[in-house]
Amino acid sequence: MKAIVTVIGKDMVGIIAKVSSKCAESNANVVEVTQSVLQDLFAMIMLVDISGLNCEFSSFSRSMSDTGEELGLVITAMHEDIFNSMHRI
Amino acid sequence: MLNVSDILETITMIQDENLDIRTITMGISLLDCADGDEARSCRKVYDKITRLAKNLVKTGEDIEAKYGIPIINKRISVTPVAILAAASGGDPVKYAKTLDRAAREVGVNFVGGFSALVHKGFSKGDEALIRSIPEALSETQFVCSSVNIGSTSAGINLDAVKMMGEAILEAAKRTADRECIGAAKLVVFCNAPEDNPFMAGAFHGPGEPECVINVGVSGPGVVRSALSKTRGLNITEISDVIKKTAFKITRMGQLVGAEAAEMLGVPFGIVDLSLAPTPEVGDSVAHILEEIGLEQCGAHGTTATLALLNDAVKKGGVMASSKVGGLSGAFIPVSEDAGMIEAARSGALSIEKLEAMTSVCSVGLDMVIIPGDTSADVISAIIADEAAIGMINSKTTAVRVIPAIGKKAGEELNFGGLLGSGPIMRVSTLSPSRFISRGGQIPAPIQSLKN
Repeated sequence: MKAIVTVIGKDMVGIIAKVSSKCAESNANVVEVTQSVLQDLFAMIMLVDISGLNCEFSSFSRSMSDTGEELGLVITAMHEDIFNSMHRI
Repeated sequence: MLNVSDILETITMIQDENLDIRTITMGISLLDCADGDEARSCRKVYDKITRLAKNLVKTGEDIEAKYGIPIINKRISVTPVAILAAASGGDPVKYAKTLDRAAREVGVNFVGGFSALVHKGFSKGDEALIRSIPEALSETQFVCSSVNIGSTSAGINLDAVKMMGEAILEAAKRTADRECIGAAKLVVFCNAPEDNPFMAGAFHGPGEPECVINVGVSGPGVVRSALSKTRGLNITEISDVIKKTAFKITRMGQLVGAEAAEMLGVPFGIVDLSLAPTPEVGDSVAHILEEIGLEQCGAHGTTATLALLNDAVKKGGVMASSKVGGLSGAFIPVSEDAGMIEAARSGALSIEKLEAMTSVCSVGLDMVIIPGDTSADVISAIIADEAAIGMINSKTTAVRVIPAIGKKAGEELNFGGLLGSGPIMRVSTLSPSRFISRGGQIPAPIQSLKN
C-alpha cells in the first residue's frame, strides 16, 4: 500500500528534512520524490510506502497536515488508489 | 509514478472545487419483515435495519479518512413501506416512526422508502400509506417519502395524481412552523428508478437484492472549473471537456462504492452518474450553463446547454463505472443550487422554463418553492405535466414542490443545510380542477409497445 504526500508552499530551508522525518516517525518509507521550485513556490510530491505504518492512516494524514500548518505549507497525504483510479483506465 | 499534474489536479478538485461523494446509500430489503401483526412487523424492521446498517456511518468515515475525499451523506433506502402496510394493515405512521428511530440509532442522515408504487392502480395498503404521508413526515425527522404515479409502460394514475397534490399541500401545512419542511421530504415520480441513492426519492425496489450499496457522486464545481480554464472552444470540444471530467468524478464513486461494499460485506450496486449541486458557491449546475455561455440560467439556450451537459455527463461516466443506475444526469434542484437561486430571485428563471429543462435533465421540478395559497389541484396538475414528460420520453421525472404556507411570490423559505433556501416562484392560478377530478388512468402511450 502506498500513499502520495504533496507539499506546496513558499520555499524555505529544511522542508524535505522535516517532512521525511515526520514520515519516519510513523514508519512510512519514502519510495520516490519529485520536487520543483517554480519562482518562489515549492512543490514536492512523495510516494511513500504505508504498509508498515505504526499508526492509523488517518492519524498519519493528520500529522502531515499539522506539520504543514506549523511550517506555513499545505501538506496532504492521500491513498495512492484515489489517483490511480482517477487517472488510469 | 503518477504524473505530477494529475496528482495536483485531483487535490485541487477535492480541496478547491468541492468534489465529493454526495452519498453512500445502503439499500435494504424489508420483504422478509412483512407480518400480519403491525407491532411485530415494526420490530423486525427496526432490528433488520440496525443490524445491517450498524457500521454504515463508521465505514463511510473510515473511507473518508483513507482517501481524503469527503462523503457528505450516509443514508438508507428500504422496500416501499406500502408493501409491509398491505400485509399488516394498521396505521402506516407507525412504520415511519420505526424507520425514524432506526435512522437515529445508526446515525444516518435520511432513510427513504416510505413509498408506494401506484402507477397502474392501488393495491391494498397503498391508499392508506399515501393518506398517512403528511402526518408521517411531520412527526419524523429522517424519513423521506416518494410515490410513483406513472410510467411509460403503464400510463399515469390520475387518481393518485390528485391524492399527491393534496398530500404535498397537507405535508407543508403540518410543518408550516418549520419552513414547510414536510413537503421537501416528499417526491412524486414517473418512471421511478428502483436503485436511486439520492433523497428524497430513494427506495429499495422489489427487484433489488437483499442488501446493496449504491453511490451518488457530485462535482458541478469541478466541471465548471474545467470549462473555465478553456478558451475559445466550440461546443463539441466543450462536450469533450465535460465527458473527461465526468469520467474522473465517476471513478471516485466507483472506488468508494466498491470499497464500502467490501468493508460492509454486501454487494456493490450502482454508481449514480449525477451532477448534484449544493447551495455553496462554486458547486452549481446553473453556473456551468452560464460558463458555457449564457448570461444567466433561465435565458433562451438554457434547455440546449442543459441537454448537452446531461448527455456528456452520462457519456463520460458510463465507462468509469462497472454498473450505472439511479437517476444519472444533471440535477436542477432550485433551492439547492446557488446559480438557480439567483436566477429565480432575479426573475430570469420561471417554473415554465424549469419544466422545459426537465425534459432533458435527469429528474424534474425539484425543490421549487411555490406560493402557499396554491390549490391542491394546481399542484396535481404540475405533477401531471411532469409525469407526461417522463411517460412520453421514457425517462424519470419527478416533482418536489414546497408550498410556502402563509407566504406569497417574492418571499423566501430557508431550509438550511443541503436543502438550501430559495424564493417563492410564481405559479399560474388558472384552474385545472375539472381535468384533475376526472380520475381514472391516462393510458400507456404508444411508446410503451416496444416488444
